[in-house]
Amino acid sequence: MTITDAPRIVSSRLRRPRSWTLESYLAGGGYDGLRAALAMTPQQVHDHVNTANILGRGGAGFEAGRKWGMLRKALPVYLTINGDESEPATFKDHALIEGDPHQLIEGALICAYAIAADQVFLYVRGEFALAIERLQAALNEAYAYGAVGANIFGGDFSVDVVVHPGAGAYICGEETALLESLEGKRGYPRIKPPYFPAAIGLYGAPTIVNNVETVSNLPWLMLHGGDEYAALGEGRSKGTKMLALAGHVKRPGNYELEWAKVSFRELIYDPRLGGGIRDDNELKAFIPGGVSSPWLGPEHLDVLLANDAIAAVGSMAGSGSVVAMDHTACPVRAAWRIVRFFHRESCGQCTPCREGGGWLEKILERIETGQGREADLDLLMDVCDNISPGVTWPPAQTTICVLGPSMPPSVAAGIRMFRDEYLAHVREGRCPFPPDRLPRRLSRV
Amino acid sequence: MPRLSPPFEQRARDLIGLYPHPRSALVPILHLLQEQDGYLTEDGMAHVAELLDLAPAEVRGTATFYDMFHFEPVGKYLVAVCTNIACMLQGAYRLLDHAEERLGIAPGGTTEDGMFTLEDAECLALCGNGPCVTVNWRYFGDLDPDGFDALIDDLRAGRLDDEVPPHGTLGRVRRSVGTPGTEARVATEARTDGHSPAPAGAEPAAAAPAGAGQQGARPPVTLDTHRSTAAVSSVDAAHLEGLQ
Ligand SMILES: Cc1cc2nc3c(=O)[nH]c(=O)nc-3n(C[C@H](O)[C@H](O)[C@H](O)COP(=O)(O)O)c2cc1C
Ligand code: SF4
Repeated sequence: MTITDAPRIVSSRLRRPRSWTLESYLAGGGYDGLRAALAMTPQQVHDHVNTANILGRGGAGFEAGRKWGMLRKALPVYLTINGDESEPATFKDHALIEGDPHQLIEGALICAYAIAADQVFLYVRGEFALAIERLQAALNEAYAYGAVGANIFGGDFSVDVVVHPGAGAYICGEETALLESLEGKRGYPRIKPPYFPAAIGLYGAPTIVNNVETVSNLPWLMLHGGDEYAALGEGRSKGTKMLALAGHVKRPGNYELEWAKVSFRELIYDPRLGGGIRDDNELKAFIPGGVSSPWLGPEHLDVLLANDAIAAVGSMAGSGSVVAMDHTACPVRAAWRIVRFFHRESCGQCTPCREGGGWLEKILERIETGQGREADLDLLMDVCDNISPGVTWPPAQTTICVLGPSMPPSVAAGIRMFRDEYLAHVREGRCPFPPDRLPRRLSRV
Repeated sequence: MPRLSPPFEQRARDLIGLYPHPRSALVPILHLLQEQDGYLTEDGMAHVAELLDLAPAEVRGTATFYDMFHFEPVGKYLVAVCTNIACMLQGAYRLLDHAEERLGIAPGGTTEDGMFTLEDAECLALCGNGPCVTVNWRYFGDLDPDGFDALIDDLRAGRLDDEVPPHGTLGRVRRSVGTPGTEARVATEARTDGHSPAPAGAEPAAAAPAGAGQQGARPPVTLDTHRSTAAVSSVDAAHLEGLQ
């Protein structure tokens, strides 16, 4: 199969005219997946999901079917869809909610049927105003159409769906923080154990939390079956994946591609995909799976976009966002910006995350502005080691959630790959990269 | 200092009716309060606390966790410039510098005429169209300094009023139904348990038709993006080729 032959499982309708309306959705076979699911038993739906081996698309890559199987037997049961997408350079869920809200609703309903959920909450990042409006409008239409609410399509299954807006906090993407937020509290991640909301979730009740893209796969799955889904992809990585490509490429954007069949080289350079590096510059490094993942270099371009293949070279597929940097990109500035993000978004419960983030940001700022010392490189690694002992990948954790351990990778990978460039900042007393790209805030310091 | 006006209070009660536990409605209600006043006032938060049977400190303590809530007046337009990695690589800091000069304010500041507040934002998830900016959380992508100036001119002239509502208005589309399914189920379960049906939270949420304006003239709701940038614009158009 060539790159573009695989079916678009979740993105096929995104750019149709008025794709967010029921009329457009029904014209493309909308809600047939839900009808197919309701004609099966919940267990049969669950079996298809197991056969398809759908991995969670929110970052952790946990098998959706296995998660559903862990539900504690108690009433009520809640389903919460995680649409808080705020990981830098990840922009697939934003497009999925805004462009195909009915698909999300249908997917959530199929999941709700399989797990016998009593109520569904669609938690959407607060900043996604248009997405929230289109989703609410779609939900209103779905109620009127009889696809949601009491006795769906005249059958026995009833469930309500509520669109719940967040209010600006990256940490609320972490599933236990999301549940706290949904309970009307500050979004503090919960202490583990309990590890799984499937046991103790919303209001202490068994709760499944799944990502937007994860459940958006379900309508197609119900119509085509688990075997057809599992025929796509390879190994653990089945089906297709939305890959959000950003940075110094000619054609940044979202591309839905078959899992485990496309290499980073193809994603970045193929004229139908990334189209190569802007101005035909040289690729310096790329971030393979969200800014918490360790960077890879040009020598890794032939690695396949698949969970195991990326893990084998010491990084992760994460949420599927890829950032390419050309030779003009400063590794210190890039690490500074990523660390600054995590520091700003730290909820502050754990000392290594709250304090360590601030230290990393300050030291990187000092190096970037030419005030650094050679010993700062060791100091950075020492702070990283305090946040995540050993600075290994996957990271060791001293904190309640993995936001803290998400800071060291870009610092450690940068120092390992571009030590000379870090040292050049110190020796030359300035950033050696094009000054027009220097944030003024830094140049003023 | 204002409390929630009666129509807003009714909308707040409708929201409470959607959740198994009233407190879950807190963040959505705070968005309503911000829609009414443009920011969260002390009196407004005290009113929200009354509605949810919480201490005012619990409301304030929750509200302060979230970046979208403001506790001081902001401009009519909140202009947030993304400076995170994807936009930074595409020149976001130059755009922010330009925005500061054009508006004459630093991030966090508001222009003297009360029109614009500038923010230096984290990733806004429009990375395929960097650098990007949101105005009251409506998206504008692929902005160079000239594009930014044109945006500011259009906002000032009111040419974007249909797509960019005043600060605080998160969703112009209202929920059209209560939670009838849950009520049916609660009633069924109660019957099999031998208990009498529990009142499902507050009153059944009143049907507020989408777009039905209760507080005077509201601009028509458009879910199209004529001037702003839709998130789907970053989806590879070649995906359409396989369709027909
Ligand atoms: C700091 C942090 C932020 C996260 N942000 C998101 C997010 O924005 N969206 C998301 O779906 N998952 C996010 N996750 C992962 C969730 O905790 C959870 O694993 C996921 O929503 C489960 O859904 P899935 O199994 O379908 O992927 C985040 C995790 C952490 C630690
Ligand atoms: S690691 Fe950071 S974000 Fe996560 S709980 Fe601890 S302080 Fe909060």
